[in-house]
Amino acid sequence: MRTALERRHHENTATVTDPRRSFDIVLRVREFGIIAVLVVFVAVTYGIQHRFLSGQNITFILFDTTIFAFLALGEAMVVIARCVDLSVGSVLGLSAYLCGRLFSVVHGIPIPVVFLVGLLIGLGCGVVNGLIVAVGRVPSLVVTLASLYIIRGIDGLVVGGGVVVASSMPSSFITMGKATIFHVPYVTIVVAILIALGAYYLRSYRSGRELYAIGSNPEAARLVGIRTGWRVFNAFAVSGAIAGVCGVLWASYFGTVDSTAGTGYELQVIAAVVVGGVAIFGGSGTVIGAALGALLLETINTALYVLGISSFWDSAIAGVLLLVAISLDHTITLHVTAARRKRGNRLVT
Amino acid sequence: MTRLTSERTVRGRRIGTIQIAGTRVAANGSGRRIGGHVQEGSGVFAVQHHSDGAAPPVLSVEHAQKTFGAVRALVDVSIDLFAGEVHGLVGENGAGKSTLVKILAGVYRPDAGRLLIDGEEITLRSPSAARNAGIAVIYQEPTLFPDLTVAENVFMGRQPLRSARRIDSASMDGQVRAVLDRLGVRLDPGRITRGLSIADQQIVEIAKALTLDAKVIVMDEPTAALSAVEVGRLFQVVETLRQNGAAILFISHRLDEMFELCQRVTVMRDGLWVLTSPVDALGTDDLVRAMVGRELVTRETAASAKLGAPILSVERLTREGVFLDVTFEVRAGEVVALAGLVGAGRSEVARAIFGIDRYDAGRVTVEGRVLPKASPAAAMEAGIGFVPEDRRQDGLVMSESIERNVALASLRTLRRWGFLRRRSERALATEWARRLQIRYGRLSDPVSNLSGGNQQKVVLAKWLSRNPKILIVDEPTRGIDVATKQEVHRQLLSLASEGVAVLMISSELPEVLHVAGRILVMREGRLVAELAHAEATEHAIIAIATGANEGASR
Amino acid sequence: MSPEKAAGQPGVDLQGKLPAPAGPDGTVPSRANLQRWMRWETGLAVLLIGTVVFGISVSSEFLSSYNLFSLGLSNGEIAIMVLPMALIVMTGEIDLSVAANLGLSSSMVGYLWTHGWPMPGIIVTVLVLGLVLGTFNGLLVTRLGLPSLAVTIGTRILYGGIAEIILGSNIISNFPASYTNIGVTAVPHTDLSFSALVFLVLAVVVAIVLHATPLGRSIFAIGANKEAALYAGIRVKRIKTGLFMLSGVMCALAGILYTFRLSTAEFDNGTGLELPVVAIVLFGGVSIFGGKGSMGGVVLAVLVFSGIQNVLLLTNFNQEGVGVVTGGLLLLSVLAPNIGELRGRAVQYIDRFRRRPIADAEPGA
Repeated sequence: MRTALERRHHENTATVTDPRRSFDIVLRVREFGIIAVLVVFVAVTYGIQHRFLSGQNITFILFDTTIFAFLALGEAMVVIARCVDLSVGSVLGLSAYLCGRLFSVVHGIPIPVVFLVGLLIGLGCGVVNGLIVAVGRVPSLVVTLASLYIIRGIDGLVVGGGVVVASSMPSSFITMGKATIFHVPYVTIVVAILIALGAYYLRSYRSGRELYAIGSNPEAARLVGIRTGWRVFNAFAVSGAIAGVCGVLWASYFGTVDSTAGTGYELQVIAAVVVGGVAIFGGSGTVIGAALGALLLETINTALYVLGISSFWDSAIAGVLLLVAISLDHTITLHVTAARRKRGNRLVT
Repeated sequence: MTRLTSERTVRGRRIGTIQIAGTRVAANGSGRRIGGHVQEGSGVFAVQHHSDGAAPPVLSVEHAQKTFGAVRALVDVSIDLFAGEVHGLVGENGAGKSTLVKILAGVYRPDAGRLLIDGEEITLRSPSAARNAGIAVIYQEPTLFPDLTVAENVFMGRQPLRSARRIDSASMDGQVRAVLDRLGVRLDPGRITRGLSIADQQIVEIAKALTLDAKVIVMDEPTAALSAVEVGRLFQVVETLRQNGAAILFISHRLDEMFELCQRVTVMRDGLWVLTSPVDALGTDDLVRAMVGRELVTRETAASAKLGAPILSVERLTREGVFLDVTFEVRAGEVVALAGLVGAGRSEVARAIFGIDRYDAGRVTVEGRVLPKASPAAAMEAGIGFVPEDRRQDGLVMSESIERNVALASLRTLRRWGFLRRRSERALATEWARRLQIRYGRLSDPVSNLSGGNQQKVVLAKWLSRNPKILIVDEPTRGIDVATKQEVHRQLLSLASEGVAVLMISSELPEVLHVAGRILVMREGRLVAELAHAEATEHAIIAIATGANEGASR
Repeated sequence: MSPEKAAGQPGVDLQGKLPAPAGPDGTVPSRANLQRWMRWETGLAVLLIGTVVFGISVSSEFLSSYNLFSLGLSNGEIAIMVLPMALIVMTGEIDLSVAANLGLSSSMVGYLWTHGWPMPGIIVTVLVLGLVLGTFNGLLVTRLGLPSLAVTIGTRILYGGIAEIILGSNIISNFPASYTNIGVTAVPHTDLSFSALVFLVLAVVVAIVLHATPLGRSIFAIGANKEAALYAGIRVKRIKTGLFMLSGVMCALAGILYTFRLSTAEFDNGTGLELPVVAIVLFGGVSIFGGKGSMGGVVLAVLVFSGIQNVLLLTNFNQEGVGVVTGGLLLLSVLAPNIGELRGRAVQYIDRFRRRPIADAEPGA
């Protein structure tokens, strides 16, 4: 016959069986959740409008997602480290234009070289962002807000009123993005592999885990000897480089590039990242989740279009989803913390 | 004239205690100079006889000096840490303890003096260098990564690797599990650290130190935020560390802990080393005298004041999962202490009364009128003042000036025609700084410039300037030097004698026993006992707080 | 401090255990220092004088009635939005939805007008709508405790989206001249545009409130240390929500003025205006971390910004490049306070190269 005290003692010191597994499950709940919502959404939309899952639509969804998911890879790395990169849209736009023009300026330039140039343009922007954030110790919100406009301004100056048209670019470039296998664009496959590599890196390599540490508690990270400035700098450099490459992809797909390319993309990417489970204060979330978030948002947009709902609803829905995601995350974290603390406080040795 | 008064053997080393009158210490038998200046009167020193085979100290600080601008934080400090020994360090705030700790941690470099590890001189250029040298520092409030697991926290930055430089999480978890077992602590390496109690967080830090093969473990006031039971567990862990050969430097304000845990103790004052002695050879008064450098007035006991009517009445206060059915009252002129383990719910009850936290059932009445819940403004209106536990985080705006901090709770009352003049803030602050004898440069200086004791006085000034009817203080003297502690106690008692009802939450039992007229003990969210001053002893309180005397089932 | 608390903010002080730390991208919040702000405002005043001098040298028209009027006209709405934004930033929050609010308000004006509502009724309704939008932000931030950065990014997208839904691709431009006149005529007897007048009046009120009332002290305290403010009986949630509501109404007002000035309502009116608003606030010396700033600095920043923009216009500077200038000003205004620290750190890096001992920082408390 147990006393009340002994019973309480027993409850409090018994640990959950293999909490690591349950922690992992909690983590993956987000990704499963997104996939579940995705499946439901697709099923419902398909039920209403079979056209939704036509080959063409799938390709369309996947291609659009590719750019956003790729951007989300870089953005997720930055956000995990408790920073934010608002300049990705502008970098994409600048890169798209400059690389598009490159074809007219340097005749016969090989496409891989153009990609490289795009990457370098993005890398340059990312490096400047990273330097100011890491060395200048300026909050990334401010830095990237400023660079968003500086780069957009430079883009505007460079473009003037001009435009790059599809006919000025080699047809192999234009069709590159549209090449598919079983309705899945090759580009998507490549990017998916890159995202998987990124996810693996963040999970299994020291420098990847250090990004999480920096986002979770920057002071502790410094105390432990992590080179926070260097890691954050790298994250921005990668984010910029990815945006640069995405610019080239954008030019390939859309063909016509003016000074408005990529406007507003940063917000959509952040929405995707947050919906995908990366906490805005950093320290948690995964790149896969971010990519799934991008896929979800893009699918919803396309579904709305297919269902005949005007595209004017896209932003509003994305905004609602973002707010719901943040609210959910926050409430869950609060509950988890409170519950754990309650359990842990009844310390009896 | 020197006299060997006693000798004993500890761990194979012979330690002698000698008494010296008024002379500078010369070299000891083995030529190892301990150094320092002797007190007027007799000083007590420990002399290491290096018999053959005895090891040199694992860590040795020789005549360290450190100056910051105009402040001489360390003037001349020397200390030796031996393997398998817990060495206590005491001193008032401003004595230089935390500077010494930071030097050992590799955060600062001494301006002069040497650091030796295993007899070899070393320069610690950075925290990493200190870690590599085998020094681990455990701070009072550990800094962990809340989103990462215990294992990742322990190994961040040095995770074991497998092929292709990938992290070997199986090995990581296994090693952490082994260390935790060795410490006798049950904690799952795979759970994230968000929500862990401070005691558990410290265990994670200690585990980190062990995996770093730390030879020297420095603990900077680890017990300040722990309950008695958690302190007990920590002591067991420290004893395990000691038996495994670590050299431990244990810093605390609680002198009783020195006697319980440490083999030797060092006293610092004003950046100077004052004495080092085996703990057996000293009494508390010796320590206090060495720390303060003067005879202290014997501690005041709670005067049996004339008690008025009950002013604060708490009835069946309940907050699900936190506290249950708490009922008590405090009379005008009374000092009532709320004792219990950390986590018993004392601060939570206090915060609920003041309105910072909510409660689910019950009520609070002040002078017969029911107090609306969850409204600090209403509580203040009713005459309640609240000095929170964490003065830096909750009690003060560190970046603001002293005068603004003092005036912060009085904004409405200082208002004239809707406006607030700086002059009135200044006048208020001047008046109360004088009354509480706060030491400051200028009232417009940021409050972060002040020492801990003076900061606490600013918090007190903030509330006392409102002439509260009820003052709730949570850990009034945590992290404060002895002299200011006494001032604060005197202040509380004089408040009571003026008719204020004082509710004091404290984990320092000596403080509770000396200041409170009545002691309420909480355990696991319930108010389980009430002790009058006459019947209260430390033993009794701890017994009730831990439920040790509860045996039979309900 | 528990990890949770430490994790909540970059740049948080760890109870004096170490020299004051900062987040990976944050400056060290420095101590309140009257001298420093005097220097900042002095600098702004000097800049303003310089801009005026430069302006006059570029064009004799610079100080003409017409130019001053158009200067106030083109920046009036931004200036109005700057005031509540400054207060919000001082409490440690941010509102990135201001421009979307303006756009939605503008769209609402157009929408209601096409549905035959009388203009006075429209104005009142839109102001109330702005209040609602601001309240929504405020509640999410205070009741749900969500970070304002994320929330206002979300509401920025949401409000912009609603504007899109309401107006679609329609462009409404048949507003009555009696209202759109504010885009052409100044307030009688002055060179001020109507929006500039509104700004000036509001600026005076806000300045008085911020610097000479308990509410103002509370705002500073909330930004500097929210917990301490709570424990001092300051109604943090109420004040923050109130500020977001104020921002909502101000932005709606700005949206109405904007619509009349351009005599056009489109769903993307005002897109991107949050940048100059944030830039001006920070440029005015308000700390992004909260707890510091002054209205004098903010007003000076508004004047300098407008002046510079105007000068650029007069010199036929490519208008695309204005974004570059704005962004540059923003960066400068956050880098400049760090110059001293930057120099110290640069010296550290160099010393490390040369293997010299590194000087230690000041001790914590």
